[in-house]
Order: sequence, then C-alpha cells, then structure tokens
Amino acid sequence: MIPRPHGGRLVNRVLTGKRREALLREAEELPSIEISYERLIDLMDIAHGAFSPLEGFMVQEDYLHVLYDMRLSNDLPWTIPVVLDVDPEEISGVKEGDDLALKYNGEIVAVMRIEEIYGWDKKEYARQVYKTTDKNHPGVAKTYNRKELLVGGEIDLLREPSHPLENRILWPIETRVLFREKKWRTIVAFQTRNVPHRGHEYVQKAALTFTDGLLIHPLIGWKKPGDYRDEVIFAAYEALIKYYYPKDVVVLAGLLMNMNYAGPREAIHHAIVRKNFGATHFIVGRDHAGVGDYYGPYEAWEIFDEFPDLGITPLFIREAFYCKKCGGMVNEKICPHSEEYRVKISGTKIRRMIREGKIPPEYMMRPEVARVILSFKDPFVH
Amino acid sequence: MNEERKGKYTTVSIPTTLYNRIKDLIKDTGFTSVSQYVTYVLREIVARHEEEKYSEPFTEEDKEKIIEKLRRLGYI
Ligand SMILES: [Zn+2]
Repeated sequence: MIPRPHGGRLVNRVLTGKRREALLREAEELPSIEISYERLIDLMDIAHGAFSPLEGFMVQEDYLHVLYDMRLSNDLPWTIPVVLDVDPEEISGVKEGDDLALKYNGEIVAVMRIEEIYGWDKKEYARQVYKTTDKNHPGVAKTYNRKELLVGGEIDLLREPSHPLENRILWPIETRVLFREKKWRTIVAFQTRNVPHRGHEYVQKAALTFTDGLLIHPLIGWKKPGDYRDEVIFAAYEALIKYYYPKDVVVLAGLLMNMNYAGPREAIHHAIVRKNFGATHFIVGRDHAGVGDYYGPYEAWEIFDEFPDLGITPLFIREAFYCKKCGGMVNEKICPHSEEYRVKISGTKIRRMIREGKIPPEYMMRPEVARVILSFKDPFVH
Repeated sequence: MNEERKGKYTTVSIPTTLYNRIKDLIKDTGFTSVSQYVTYVLREIVARHEEEKYSEPFTEEDKEKIIEKLRRLGYI
C-alpha cells in the first residue's frame, strides 16, 4: 500500500483563495527579509508536504535533535536540518512572536511566524551533518557561507515564482493521486541528477521487477558547471522510457529540492522525502549523495540499520557493469568473471564523448538516448 | 554524541526475566545494550502501528482537480 506520509499527515501550507489575498495584503506591512533561491526551494518543499511533517523552518529543539540524534524532537527520523539563516541586522527590529514576510527577488513569497531566533555553530553543523569540517566539501562550503542566526517557525506559502520546468514538477499529493489512479501498490523511487546510462537502466529495471511502478525522480535545482541541464535529463529519460520501458510502469517527474552532498545522512533524507511522495521503496546507490572520498562506499547503506521506523524500504542495488563473458549488464553479486571481462560504465567517459559530439558505445548508453542528448546545442551547465 | 545532549532518556520497567533474555539475545550482535535494543524494536513496532491508522488526505474534489492536471500534463 502507498505509505502514509512521514509523521502521518501530508503537510499543506500553500495558501489559496481569500486567505491568501488577505495575508498578501497584511504581509505588505510586515518587516521582511530577502531569501536565497535555495531557501525558496526549502520553502516550497515544506509548503507542498515534500518535507512532511515539517510545517516551517526548524526551531532550536528540532535542530539540535536532528544534528545529534538524527531525529526530530517527536522522535521521527530526520537527518538534514532545514533552517533559515539571517543576519542579525536584517531582523534587528523583530522578536519572537512576530510575523516576518519572506521575499524572493523583491517579491513576497511567504509569511513566517517567528517562534524562535537562535545562534548556531556552523563548524559543529558541518562535523555532524557532513562528517567533515573541510571547506573543500561543497556542502560544508555552503554552510560556512550562511548567515549568523537562525529563525524557526511555521510558514505559509503565498506565491511561487514560475519555473521553466514547472510542467514536469509534481508534488506529493499529485503523485499520491497518480499512483492510486494507476492502481500501483508498490512504487520504487529512483533519485538522479544525471542522464541515464545502461547502468542506471539496469538498476531501475532490477527494482521494477519486484514492484508495480517506478518513479524516476530527477532533482531539479541548483547545478554546478559541467552538470547536464535539467531539460536534457528529462529529454534523455523520455527517450529511454519510450524505447526501452513497457507502457504504464514508469512516472518521470521532477523534484525541486536542494542537494547537500551529505552522503549517508542525505540518503536517509532522500528516502523520507520519497516516502512523502508515496513511494514504498527507494533505490540507494553506492556512495549515494556522496562527493569526493568523504564517505565510505557503503556508509549510505549501513546508516539505514539505525532506522527501523523509516516507513520506506531501501533497496541496495549494486553498481552494474557490462561483462563480455556474461554477455550483458550484471553486477558483482551475480557475475563470477574477472576484471578483464568487465567494462565499467563511467559517467565521466560518457560525458567526454558527448562533449566531443560522439555517440557512446551501445553497452554504455542507448543510442536513442545519446542522440537526444547530442541534439541539444549545449547539454551542459556553465 | 555531544556531552550536553546526553541524558535525554527516561526509564521504563520491564520484567528482570525479559531483561536477562534480551541481554543473552544481543550478545555478539551490533546492539551494545538492552536499552538500545528495546528502543530499536519499539520504534519498529510503533511505526507499524501508526501506519495502520492512515487514510489519504484528499477530498473527492481535490482528487478531481489533481486528476485533471495530471491528464493535462500527460501523466494519465
Ligand atoms: Zn560475467
């Protein structure tokens, strides 16, 4: 059965109709701060229930519990703090109990009821969440660049800036209705930020063999230079689905969410969010959400042992490679042959070939997929 | 774990016989104490019981609207 949302209730803090209009008018009179694009994304994830049971940015009690116990103060598993950082000067006139308007690009997007204003130790945050204080870690670097105070409290979303891919983004209530319409009882979710190669296809199909449906759930949001552009990822997946997946077993939908590269903690976070979207299973890759060599290859699998109450089943599927002896895609658990027969599918190698305008060999990437990627004048972010 | 965060625990009574049984059971496992084991098992069971008390949160009207959108976007 489609699992209940994390904490039992799908949060909805998107205001509509008369209440929205009234609050928008009131908000004009409120003190306000400008928020970053990343905090705007957090705001939308909270308001649309992707972060259920969160109703706003965390207060200190939740923040500390998450930092040290990987649970909210109500004992529910939660591994990545969701906090709003501000400069002391920005909020010099406001106190706990006040309402604060949140603006993005000068336009009011939400109102927050300030429950608490508190300090934080960014180094400690890095140590706990990222297991390193090295500022070469992209998540740590971002943390160190954040402002000095945190404000916690419930939010109401009033406006959402339009997104070029908004027709490809679904929120939890929508995927839940969709899965019900499709009469799927078990759904496996796949997290990605990449165009699909044969290794990804193998892993997805291995999982799909045991479930009713597959949710391919690319993360849309901030990208680093050299990443594939979001529209390229969507087009590539559409080609793959069209030519290589049976009808009606796959949903491809974008997820607007920030990427932290927090490795094991982020694997749990990704699983919780997919549970809110109605998935029963979640594919956890080797070194899931990792970066560099900050995390051990299987840490993102081992951490699931600590959460018997997660409410979504992780699937640990080994990386696939092509074996010349087996004559197909396999993984180390099912292929007995030695390295000389094994061809690793390397994203880096594929990227290089795409850059040179070449179609990668078929055992690495489906030609239909490669052709779609190459049809873009520039598939990469700069 | 950070020192000042320790001690957020409370006591629950279980029969000594059960305590000893668990102590035997968790020898040479990843569990380092009876309390740790009991917490783990309770969380697992509590989550299962919570799961049984849930129905989807949308009204028929919400559902129709969402289905309409899903059709428009080609998902159905
Ligand atoms: Zn083989």
